[in-house]
Amino acid sequence: MTKPHPYLPTGVEEIRREMMKEIGIDDIDELFKDIPSEVRLKRSLQIPGPSPELEVRQNVAKTLEKNTSSADIPVFLGAGVWPHYVPTVVEEIVRRAEFLTSYTPYQPEASQGMLQALFEYQSMICALTEMEFANCSLYDWASALGEAARMASRVTGRNEVIVPHYLHPERLATLRAYSEPAGIEIIEAQQDAETGQIIIEDLETKLSSRTAGVYIENPSYLGYVETEVEAIGDVAHRNGALFIVGVDPISLGIMKPPGEYGADIVVGEGQPLGNRMNFGGPLLGIFTCRGERLLRQMPGRIIGMTTTVDGSQRAYCMVLQTREQHIRREKATSNICSNEALCAVNAAVYLALLGPKGLNDLCKTILTKSQYAIKRLSEIKALRTPVFNAPHFKEFTVNFERSGKTVQEIHQHLLKRKIHGGKIVSHEFPELKETALYCVTEIHSRRDIDMLAESLAEILEG
Amino acid sequence: MDFKQARWNEPLIFERSHRGKVGHLPPQPDPEEARIAGDPDSIIPKNMLREKNLSLPEVSEVEVVRHYTRLSQENYGVDLGIYPLGSCTMKYTPKVCEAVVASSKIQDLHPYEDESLTQGILEVLYKLERYLAEITGMDKFSLQSSAGAHGELVGALIMRAYHKSKGQLERRTEMIIPDSAHGTNPASATMAGFKVVIVPSDKEGCVDIEALKAAVGEQTAGLMLTNPNTIGVFEKNILEISRIIHSAGGLLYYDGANLNAILGKTRPGDMGFDIVHVNIHKTFATPHGGGGPGAGPIGVVEKLADFLPVPTLEFDGAQYRLNYNKPLSIGKVRGFYGNINVMLKAYAYILSMGAEGLEEVAELSVLNANYLARGILKAKGYDLPYSPEKPRKHEFVISASRLNKETGVRALNISKRLIDHGVHAPTMYFPLIVEEALMVEPTETESKEDLDNFINAMTRISEEAYENPKAVLEAPQNTTVARVDDVKASHPKSMCLAWRIKH
Repeated sequence: MTKPHPYLPTGVEEIRREMMKEIGIDDIDELFKDIPSEVRLKRSLQIPGPSPELEVRQNVAKTLEKNTSSADIPVFLGAGVWPHYVPTVVEEIVRRAEFLTSYTPYQPEASQGMLQALFEYQSMICALTEMEFANCSLYDWASALGEAARMASRVTGRNEVIVPHYLHPERLATLRAYSEPAGIEIIEAQQDAETGQIIIEDLETKLSSRTAGVYIENPSYLGYVETEVEAIGDVAHRNGALFIVGVDPISLGIMKPPGEYGADIVVGEGQPLGNRMNFGGPLLGIFTCRGERLLRQMPGRIIGMTTTVDGSQRAYCMVLQTREQHIRREKATSNICSNEALCAVNAAVYLALLGPKGLNDLCKTILTKSQYAIKRLSEIKALRTPVFNAPHFKEFTVNFERSGKTVQEIHQHLLKRKIHGGKIVSHEFPELKETALYCVTEIHSRRDIDMLAESLAEILEG
Repeated sequence: MDFKQARWNEPLIFERSHRGKVGHLPPQPDPEEARIAGDPDSIIPKNMLREKNLSLPEVSEVEVVRHYTRLSQENYGVDLGIYPLGSCTMKYTPKVCEAVVASSKIQDLHPYEDESLTQGILEVLYKLERYLAEITGMDKFSLQSSAGAHGELVGALIMRAYHKSKGQLERRTEMIIPDSAHGTNPASATMAGFKVVIVPSDKEGCVDIEALKAAVGEQTAGLMLTNPNTIGVFEKNILEISRIIHSAGGLLYYDGANLNAILGKTRPGDMGFDIVHVNIHKTFATPHGGGGPGAGPIGVVEKLADFLPVPTLEFDGAQYRLNYNKPLSIGKVRGFYGNINVMLKAYAYILSMGAEGLEEVAELSVLNANYLARGILKAKGYDLPYSPEKPRKHEFVISASRLNKETGVRALNISKRLIDHGVHAPTMYFPLIVEEALMVEPTETESKEDLDNFINAMTRISEEAYENPKAVLEAPQNTTVARVDDVKASHPKSMCLAWRIKH
């Protein structure tokens, strides 16, 4: 470069010369002459820059200005990534450079801070789910489900996993991609058209000595609570299958944790715990299990509490690494290496701030607001909400069939009024026809919800 | 330089808990909402309500802030000093990249928003894909995979889908992997349903061509390779390797962990690779966050583009859109589109460097590594196995085997002692083909002064090992804790993986 770059301290000509002299070369290209000339790039890369910092910031800001975010207009989307308030302290802590710029804690003595924070995360996730063991993160809920299916198959030596009909299509697609190479077959359990609940008689007919696991979600993809969970777990266990439960961890501030209704593995999406939406990533895959037998098959990094060798101090380090790829290579429980550790720290700080009372209060606010939205929307005769006769947590289905308009048309009408409606699910489940999945959390003001109700009334009845 | 890490003896946040304290007040619903909604406790049926106390800590905001700030001080990061983990490319991560993601326009953007509202981020992602394609010599990219290993899984699944489309999956069951490969390679290949066949390294540390020829056949699905390889040497026979694999009908996978060394010098696509993953958090300077989030986008040649995960990103000259209509796609490996804020940081980094800057990154990462190797090898007891006369690329592997035989000091002890000198340890005991291995990657962002400091530390440790090994064997002393008992940590009798508040 003509000018030294701020990130490249040895790029200064004099320093570079001195270093080249030390290793006995005259030209930097001598270090690259072992690359066969047939594969050498004989031109410059066609990419823009270098740009000074000011221009980089202006360039990116100008491009991002084209986005309209949920801070600009009310957005009623959830479906796997949810808008929740992130307390100021959370982002202050995870910006700390010592956390942000560290690697996986391979040298525990120099990494106690990250290790302890991750140990606390594991402990809090175990408390939330009432499970025995948690790893310190997978990529997201969908990939955690894929890992859970593979783990259930390894543990049971069986190769079928039963999943609910109303499953997020992205989680299903991910589950299939993870399962197919392992020879695991995905079987769909029916859910009641009226209540959305798993039909236990149907589940029983699908269970067999081939079933490795039965998977349910609570709350379900479409927002309602699955209530016959103990019976589902019992049926699974009677058939020697593992009971796997997927959760939105926020809901566990008020809802019964899966560990209390027999879950063997719990997966979920940790994004709502102090992580912004960021257009869908990074996310935080929650993964917990119970029992030593399952622990040995659990994917991902696990942090343990121990002492120094002389026994004088408490200390933390990564444990059970013989499950992992860098030791076991092709025999590892998973290939995962980099995970979402910093997002797990967000979650730990978030849960420490809210505590049991704060999380319970938050759940009540969410329940109240979503219930308020359901009641306000229900006043509109041309729509039906919720589609399922069941309790709902923060998401609910709205069906527009009666209005004579398509859900896509209604979505466009709302956009014109600077409101973003729920996620259209008609193409995912054709039997639901003109239906969208709406999400209401603590970030939606009463005014947002009233505006939605008034706009829908005008659009549908106007 | 004097290094003393903070020692707070900080208890667990659970041990700071006191009933009734709160660290954050969530918003309350307004009275009208509460009136219309009714009692929230009656919405969830009784049998589905939590009965037991939730064992989360109860602490005030200031206590949370102090606790985690203290923990951060007990953690070493690149912003404190050199972090030369081999194959991890722990370079300085520019602050401007953190600044550009601190925007509500991305942080509060929902992934399912109408495409008319997300054109800004889609434009960034599309351009980033084009830059990555240009840098690697690939045709089409997917940004979905969340880490290098996740990218490897996608790549192996693409191989699977490709052979299936040719009706050859039944017989193409084997993935060939060199013995010097990263551990994720065999693990990823296995996850994708392949049998792993290991080929040995030759005496120069490169793929043994005769062994490769013997291993290849009509059962070969592909080969996974990193170039330069893990001992830091460029696989000079890469075109021959490519010819052997391709003529057998296999595909060539490039593990991008070591891409930093060749930016602008050569491209995986020009070497014959069909599939590439890029470690965004290594080469493109995004912080690793103590384990993640990273990102491992996948690039492929044209004939494999139909197999990429959905959605792919398309541009018609006016609008950016997400394309789910790909019947041959492997499907999805996670929700949504990838670790987007990591991509945005990488985009800012690439703009900051430009073509010229990226090429200089390669040059200086290699210059720094060779300068450092030369300096360290002057000390007694360290060797550079496999063609010691050849220059390395961005990383090199020292063997402390001679030092170990002569003094009893192991690579592990050297690593711990380095930390006492304020130098983070290199990657230890990898690759497996080197005894008492210390794999060192300084990166281009270290100054000559910091490299000299590292050389001095290695020299002093060698002297200590020969004169007073006790100091080395008892290291580290200047860290938050002394040597950690990792055996006790994993022993069934003493293992403790979670803390529970006793009620």
